[in-house]
Amino acid sequence: MRNRFGNLLWTRINTGILPYLLILAHIGLGSALVYSAPRSNLAFLVLISSLFSLYILEADRRFKLIVGAVLALLIIPVIGVRNIFYLEVIFQISVFAALALGLNIVVGFAGLLDLGYVAFYAVGAYLWAFFGSQQYFVLPFAPGTQPSDLPFLLPGDAFYLFLFLAIIVAAITGILLGSPVLRLRGDYLAIVTLGFGEVIRVLANNLDKPLNITNGPQGITPIQRPTMPDWAVDGFNSLFGPVIGHRVGPADMYNVLFYVLALAVILIIILVTRHLDDSKIGRAWTAIREDETAAIAMGIPLVRMKLAAFAVGASFAGVMGVLLAASRTFISPESFSFMQSIGVLAMVILGGSGSIAGVILGAAVVTLLNLQVLQGVSLYLSELRQSDAVIPLINFAWKDLSNQLDPAKYQRLLFGLILILMMIFRPAGLIPARRRMRTLAAEPPEAE
Amino acid sequence: MPPFAAVNIRELIRPIGQLLLFSLGSASVLSALVLVLALILDQTAVGLHLHDRYNVSLATYTLVNLPQVVIDGLTIGFVYAAIALGYTMVYGVLEFINFAHSEIFAVGAFVGVELLIALDHTGLLRSASLGMAYAYLTLALLMGMAAAGALAVTVERVAYRPLLGAARLVPLISAIGVSFLLQDVIRLVEGLTTGQFNRIMPTFGNFDRRIMLGRLALGDTTVPLGISVKSIIVITAAVLMLAGLNYLVNATRMGKAIRAVAQDRATASLMGINVNRIISLTFLIGGLLGGAAGVLYALKFTRIDPFVGFFPGLKAFTAAVLGGIGNLTGALLGGIVLGMLETFAGSFLGVFTMGAAGSEYKDIFAFSILILVLVFRPQGLMGRHVGQKA
Repeated sequence: MRNRFGNLLWTRINTGILPYLLILAHIGLGSALVYSAPRSNLAFLVLISSLFSLYILEADRRFKLIVGAVLALLIIPVIGVRNIFYLEVIFQISVFAALALGLNIVVGFAGLLDLGYVAFYAVGAYLWAFFGSQQYFVLPFAPGTQPSDLPFLLPGDAFYLFLFLAIIVAAITGILLGSPVLRLRGDYLAIVTLGFGEVIRVLANNLDKPLNITNGPQGITPIQRPTMPDWAVDGFNSLFGPVIGHRVGPADMYNVLFYVLALAVILIIILVTRHLDDSKIGRAWTAIREDETAAIAMGIPLVRMKLAAFAVGASFAGVMGVLLAASRTFISPESFSFMQSIGVLAMVILGGSGSIAGVILGAAVVTLLNLQVLQGVSLYLSELRQSDAVIPLINFAWKDLSNQLDPAKYQRLLFGLILILMMIFRPAGLIPARRRMRTLAAEPPEAE
Repeated sequence: MPPFAAVNIRELIRPIGQLLLFSLGSASVLSALVLVLALILDQTAVGLHLHDRYNVSLATYTLVNLPQVVIDGLTIGFVYAAIALGYTMVYGVLEFINFAHSEIFAVGAFVGVELLIALDHTGLLRSASLGMAYAYLTLALLMGMAAAGALAVTVERVAYRPLLGAARLVPLISAIGVSFLLQDVIRLVEGLTTGQFNRIMPTFGNFDRRIMLGRLALGDTTVPLGISVKSIIVITAAVLMLAGLNYLVNATRMGKAIRAVAQDRATASLMGINVNRIISLTFLIGGLLGGAAGVLYALKFTRIDPFVGFFPGLKAFTAAVLGGIGNLTGALLGGIVLGMLETFAGSFLGVFTMGAAGSEYKDIFAFSILILVLVFRPQGLMGRHVGQKA
């Protein structure tokens, strides 16, 4: 689509040491901005977008890896600890990126529209929430009536074990939910998965009797975290203390820990996804997505391959669920609503289904829009409301603006707009997958 | 063709007969099923538990409660049927699940309720005579229908038509987007104009009166059996709409065009049918029915919020699939059966499981039925087998 001038400019930018300089300058600028103005959202956006320029500019692979590692493991934690909100935002981006990558396997690779994807996320979260809290001993009590001195079932460090257990449990859930319905046609499958997602949520809401497994709508708390060794806190302080300017306590260190864990999980997921994409299974998924009938004719075991997609996608969500439960120390059914499923779908569609970089970009953009832009507008509006300002022409005082107008709560509007606009104008996403998918592209007119 | 085609009496009577048959049939089948279950469970802990509480056997308890459950089930079943027709019409013509239909239903409900609230503020409703009360309700119904119909046509024009040639999942994803967008648009409009999202249907006329049909003895107490006026209105309005739609589709020229487009879009176009107009018309009809169902739903359940469409929409879709999607008669059957099943589950699940699982699971119940139908009989109860059209 780029015109000739654009092409020329693009080549010019990508020759010699220019891309290297640009990347470093972008990162330097972002870090400097955030360092000097820790509360500025704009500065944060400049820094976070440097990852994007690191991705699209053409530079040596090793250089990119090293710079990326420095950015992710040094700069972001240090800057994040100075303003813990940023670390929270980045953690959320990572969580959603992992979820989006998982859904990408199901929707983008295998072409199965799963509208109940957060069910698997919920399975992971409730798995650790049950075993990593006092819930086992709460079983005979109705919500709110348990004594306060109950012991924990497992030590907090069992968390690491459960990261792996969640992979298996979520994958099995995926297979169990998938096996009866995967023979269905695409649009029916979508509705049925939606149903499954709701079933899991309703179960989480109501399984507080006869045995109190999920503690109902109140949710489970406190959920244990892995222990934070003193040497980690001290080490971090002695290394970065001078730059940060204040002593970092264990609470902030937990944020760093979960951020690093999420990053590690994403890296593993990216590696797995890449390998799958180029493997026999990945090609089988593509074949199924392009034309099911032809795929069967070619001898592809349809149901088994679809189940594999469901299981892999589910396992990613399961791991992130455990991570979420531990990092929040609290979970309730509300976090696993249909809206979350659609949010993740919007990320995949926005970024480009089937494309790893695209999906991560989609997760970042949607999360940032949610947490920064919408909330920013909300804050701005509430400031306006308290001021005496008046809209000039129509003579409308901001004071009179309804309190109900809180843009931060209009995520559905955002998700809806993304889905509609992307489908109409750019169905392949912002960064289309290399193997352009036909499922989401216009089909050539055919005689039926 | 003569200028005035004779009214096809058969097509007018047939759907009413079918509705009667479906209602009676599903009511008796389900009642028999529940009674058998009750008789089996009577001698177990379940029966003894109940006996301790009410001093009656489980079978008696079930039998006494049955008539009221059937009436309630029918009422909600007809609402589902009216919404399900919207899904099934669109699916029949485009093979596309109009996911936003639930929000079109919600918009209809909101427009109707807002109109009545506005009338209530002027004091007109309170002083209205019975006849005027019905006139206002009819007005609300018509306004809800008009708004929902216009919205449905607009949505089709803006969000679906550009995707007409695309792969199956593309318009579906767009429809999900429309559904989410509309939920928040309702919220936004309501928030800015009225400052609250939950709207209550004003009480007027005699709609809340219950017509008592008698009392049934249950141990030491009696169970009242009655039907509220609004349930009668819901059922009557739904029957009229369903019969009207059936006539439109099966006995008019326009209906013939719709059926032709549903059968084969390309050939229909060659026969001189304006396919795009028929598609718009289909959405219009679906929207009109959905809007009316929305107002009726608000009348029956009083409280509405911007997400009010989600569950009825999903259940109506289930009903459409249950009956065989694309099949009008099937949608009626599916709606009635689903409404009955759900009410039966809501009323008896708690008793039969000794309170371990009660009516909070009735939403899941609908999904379970959807999954079971799709797995074991994807063409639905009345549908023909449809091949895989990629």
